[in-house]
Amino acid sequence: MGQVLSIRVIVNGHAHDVLIEPYLTLIELIRDRFGLTGTKKSCDMQVCGACTVLLNGRPVSACTMLAFEARNASLLTIEGMAQGETLHPIQEAFIEHGGLQCGFCTPGMILAAKALLEENPAPTEAEVKHYMRGNLCRCTGYKRILESIMVAARRLAQTHNHGAPEA
Amino acid sequence: MLPPFALEEPTSVHEASALLARYGETARLYAGGTELLLAMKEGLLRYERLINIKLIPELAGLALADGALHVGATTTHRGLERSAVVRAHFPALAEMAAHVANVRVREVGTLGGNLCFAEPHADPGTLLLVHDASVALAQQGGARTLALAQFFVGPFEVALADDEILTAIQVPALPAHTAAVYVKYGLLERPSVGVAVAVTALPNQVQAVRVAVGCVSPTPRRLWDVEGLLSSKEVPAVRATLDTAGALAGSAADAVTDLHGSAEYKAYLVGVLLRRAFEQAYQQAIGETPSDAARGRGTA
Repeated sequence: MGQVLSIRVIVNGHAHDVLIEPYLTLIELIRDRFGLTGTKKSCDMQVCGACTVLLNGRPVSACTMLAFEARNASLLTIEGMAQGETLHPIQEAFIEHGGLQCGFCTPGMILAAKALLEENPAPTEAEVKHYMRGNLCRCTGYKRILESIMVAARRLAQTHNHGAPEA
Repeated sequence: MLPPFALEEPTSVHEASALLARYGETARLYAGGTELLLAMKEGLLRYERLINIKLIPELAGLALADGALHVGATTTHRGLERSAVVRAHFPALAEMAAHVANVRVREVGTLGGNLCFAEPHADPGTLLLVHDASVALAQQGGARTLALAQFFVGPFEVALADDEILTAIQVPALPAHTAAVYVKYGLLERPSVGVAVAVTALPNQVQAVRVAVGCVSPTPRRLWDVEGLLSSKEVPAVRATLDTAGALAGSAADAVTDLHGSAEYKAYLVGVLLRRAFEQAYQQAIGETPSDAARGRGTA
């Protein structure tokens, strides 16, 4: 009989207790068990970034991560970015500035951008390019993606400043 | 889809070593999995059991003691890249780590795993060789330290006994007036050529140069003959020797032809990168980092 692990994962803010095989990958858990198909499987070798999700806020390739690594962790997928009907400022910036064409790379792009902006709220263009190097867009819409992230950074900074009483 | 395997999660090096002894070649240590899981998905490697070593406290952490850096085996590339200690005392190491693969690989891939997997197209080993780094190895019966140069045996092959575990990487401080630089070139996801140089110099006087190459040959290696050509010379003499040294480095690197390019192409690139790395390291060693130079011009 195969080994089964019992883990708890916080998926987009909600706790889930699941039984998994040790060899189950995170993307299989996300797409097949949780039915969250916004996370895309593409290269399956940690190169393209389409399967980028955030595990405790850090970007990882769900395709090449074992599902058990999400044990007791907070997992954020693209489905967890909007608050109800209200899109996240990064999502809004991508829509307004044409940061997506076919949309396949977009969930990964947006999650990678979120991780970047949490770590570095006011990045230079060079820093964005360096951080986003591993997220590929086959429509090659990189200029608009870069623009969208720079706009999102400014907007998020404004929101934070307005939220602070002393600002 | 990964083929089925069982998971072991030891909490001490002793316990992990015992598991390796018990299960032999049917088990493999697992940390970041960035190399291992890819090879398993492709069916190139198959194990009945993976031994997750990330719950072992002794393998984690970074510390500076007497100028030397102790890097726990499960430290991630991101951990190196973002560590204030590494950035301040071993800037070349932080810079190299910041350019390994992509940010997702750096978040989970570990330095220990990178060295143990010994994929020839990797960055850390080459730079660590010019730092004269060593690796701490442990098994149930005891522990030993090995120079990194002796650790690399061949492609995907290192000098670990069957039940032995790499526990830490020890990086001694560079000598005074020394700077290290790692430069690489590649068009694919992995580097095609990597060259590391450490230069000990005062203005116009080069005392010692250490050179290592990686990615081109089965293992990263120090190029002692090239180092001899470049050391103990005035800077113009070193610069005049760089073409010869580059050609020697290219041939000494024992480049192999593969998807990353022909042996001839790689040997040529070794020479090009050697010249670039030397100039950068020399400027840093004498205190003229590019940013210092820019500030100097601004105030002049």
